[in-house]
Amino acid sequence: MNLWLWILIACGLAYLTKLSGYFVPAKLLRSPRMMRVAGTITIGLLASLTVVNAVASGQSLAFDARLGALAAGAVALWLRAPFLVVVIVGSAAAAGLRLLGWR
Amino acid sequence: MKLLESPAMKVGLSISIATGLYGISFGALASASGFTFWQTMAFSLLMFSGGSQFAFIGVVAGGGSGIAAMTAAALLGLRNGIYGMQMNALLRPRGWLKYPQAHITIDESTATASGQTDPDEQRRGFWTAGIGIFVLWNIFTAVGALAGDALGDPKQWGLDGAAVAAFLGLLWPRLKGREPWAIAAAAALATIVAVPFVPAGVPILVAAVVAGAIGWFSHGRSDEGMEPDLDPYPHSHSDADPASRERNAQ
Repeated sequence: MNLWLWILIACGLAYLTKLSGYFVPAKLLRSPRMMRVAGTITIGLLASLTVVNAVASGQSLAFDARLGALAAGAVALWLRAPFLVVVIVGSAAAAGLRLLGWR
Repeated sequence: MKLLESPAMKVGLSISIATGLYGISFGALASASGFTFWQTMAFSLLMFSGGSQFAFIGVVAGGGSGIAAMTAAALLGLRNGIYGMQMNALLRPRGWLKYPQAHITIDESTATASGQTDPDEQRRGFWTAGIGIFVLWNIFTAVGALAGDALGDPKQWGLDGAAVAAFLGLLWPRLKGREPWAIAAAAALATIVAVPFVPAGVPILVAAVVAGAIGWFSHGRSDEGMEPDLDPYPHSHSDADPASRERNAQ
């Protein structure tokens, strides 16, 4: 039930963020510094989420089949594969490496 | 003018199909991370912002708390506020129309509208991409959630690897040039250093602070990292970039 609460708060914040763009005076958001920080935070969060999902295991670092998924996903992206193909390649790499015995 | 001959509607429809389809990966990952069917659907119906949705389930899957997941999702949604401002200036919605329009203000609808020059086409592109993605994204989220439940052990199918590839796929289009790479590397390093010392989920917020500080104190392009997840106009890239149009309009 607690998790539901955070989900709904996050959903409410997501909508209010979008809506704020339509009501906040443009001058406030048009500050180049605000735009830039929103952009760099986006890059930082996505990079961090990639790393956490690849090597974090609770509070320790683990080097397992997920690293293979990271490498395979990077190759697929480099070859300009569409998003869904990249995701499938990542899961196939992790599943395949586990079949070969690399946890 | 026949609607199907409208270039913006064609682009909007094709981007709807491409983006809507990957709702299946969100649905499958959410159910593999322990979210119920209706929790998974709540994300796609109410949050409706791919990056934020993946962020929330990614933090929880890594053992992070609900509040850390909520914070990461909210920070990743900040760029939608800037898209809202751009779409308000471009499409000038009146009265109540702002409320539904805000909900479908995402990377793809903004990029589709920004790539057109005629005001009617901009409006058609925005609504076609926004509504099309909303409908398909939710249908395919449901398909993914049901399929994910039926799969059994998610690790056996490499679903944890799918999550890694998904985040890399969301990051990739934003890594154009040296500076975004440097920001991504700094955030990755901050994450790895923080993991052993703070509770799960918090390293992501540490990385967000590091990346935000780099943006605050350095003086690069003001639209760094604001590229949409998908490029609807691959042959005329500068037109598809909402931030560059914003600059041109000034």
